[in-house]
Amino acid sequence: MRKVMTGHKAVAEAMRQIEPDVVAVYPITPQSEIAEYYAQYVHDGVVHSELVPVESEHSAMSACVGAAAAGARVMTATSSQGLALMVEVLYIAAGMRLPIVMALANRSLSAPINIHCDHADAYLARDAGAFQIFCESAQEAYDYTLIAQRIAEHDKVRIPGIVNLDGFTLTHTSQVVEPLEDEAAKKFVGPLKALYPLLDVDHPVSAGTFAMPDYYFELKRAQAAAIEEVANVFLKVQQDYASLAGRRYAGFIEPYRMDDAERAVVVMGSTAGTAKVAVDGLRKKGEKVGVLKVWLYRPFPYAEVAQALATVQAAAILDRAFSFGAMGALYSDVAAALAHSERRPTLANYIYGLGGRDVTVDQILQAFAELKEARPETRLRYLGLRE
Amino acid sequence: MADELKGWKDLPLGGVAPGGSARELQKTGSWRAQRPIWHEDKCIQCLQCWLHCPDDSILIHSGKMTGIDYDHCKGCGLCAAICPKDALEMVPEREGTCAK
Repeated sequence: MRKVMTGHKAVAEAMRQIEPDVVAVYPITPQSEIAEYYAQYVHDGVVHSELVPVESEHSAMSACVGAAAAGARVMTATSSQGLALMVEVLYIAAGMRLPIVMALANRSLSAPINIHCDHADAYLARDAGAFQIFCESAQEAYDYTLIAQRIAEHDKVRIPGIVNLDGFTLTHTSQVVEPLEDEAAKKFVGPLKALYPLLDVDHPVSAGTFAMPDYYFELKRAQAAAIEEVANVFLKVQQDYASLAGRRYAGFIEPYRMDDAERAVVVMGSTAGTAKVAVDGLRKKGEKVGVLKVWLYRPFPYAEVAQALATVQAAAILDRAFSFGAMGALYSDVAAALAHSERRPTLANYIYGLGGRDVTVDQILQAFAELKEARPETRLRYLGLRE
Repeated sequence: MADELKGWKDLPLGGVAPGGSARELQKTGSWRAQRPIWHEDKCIQCLQCWLHCPDDSILIHSGKMTGIDYDHCKGCGLCAAICPKDALEMVPEREGTCAK
């Protein structure tokens, strides 16, 4: 049944249906409502999760690690500085191969202090070893929370997963969302198979072990294989979900009017919606333009991005955060994807929307206009910035 | 301890160590700074030391404490701290080694 709800409520609904054994969470703007909704569910007896109201995000992720290592299904949510505080333990969760799924309400990092949207937090956690999905809408935030849970807990994966939704733009605005019925959602996610349950005293293990130069490298290589495996699992789980829920999800990326596009923008998150509006306008004027939205950010879909951009003449890669001292992080990935292609577009890299700066259709139109004159270059361009 | 190091595909997920597998490593207590000395005459066989030892280094035979596994003991001192009869005493490793 279609309902009107915020992105937060959509994520909380998915969490309610998943009903993890443990939710350890510390509220931070703009993620707080997820924690609040879930606390309400626990208080009302709607779910039987153990809610651990910790004293910091470092503790939140630590509690998640402990519970997940013990064999529990675990979820959390955070944003910005909260993720920064979690990151130390997020690396540990990934290294210990614990399937912890978290919503990340994307928000800028200090300083200066700012509570609004950009992708600096997601980029901060980029190399932690968690898979990352970016959502365009509240519907996607709901859908990909269920999908992420299945992926994270897959036998060959077993790593944390981050579901990104733009702070305020998605978390606090009301949209139409069509959730699954509870039973269907629960059946889709299925039961967690605990690998080393703490109470299995006949098969005890030590978790969080020590590895010297003789084994550290091999253990990290095995971890790399796990996140590579996400790609295979993602496609299958996404397909299962799409047929169950009647969505048109197919692949790591969503091409929008890309079939004969000569110019394209590559983008993640809610700005994809803005870019689609810009493209619709330009298409009416006969311009051959399109949008390439990236759903799966880690592991990065190099081959699919290269193929999608192979016939495009010029592409603007939009990064909603700096990677200081370098080109934007998404740009670097796209450039790497195209490095071995015989046919590849001229690329431009735009930094946009930092600290909640409004992202307008005009900004996207500006990028498309400048792409007409695109030349090979290695410099940052900006959208919506005062000189 | 196996002489051949395993490849990355043959390691337990997340690097977990199966229970008791540390015993396969011959000496993990070599960096001990202090060692526990067991005074058998004071020991009442309450086994609190065995219960608390995080490295399974209290040797037990037929249900009785018989000594300390110095190959694996890290010298943390929990056994001496928990002992109700001061039957375990921590001494600097060098002195303890000499005393033996």
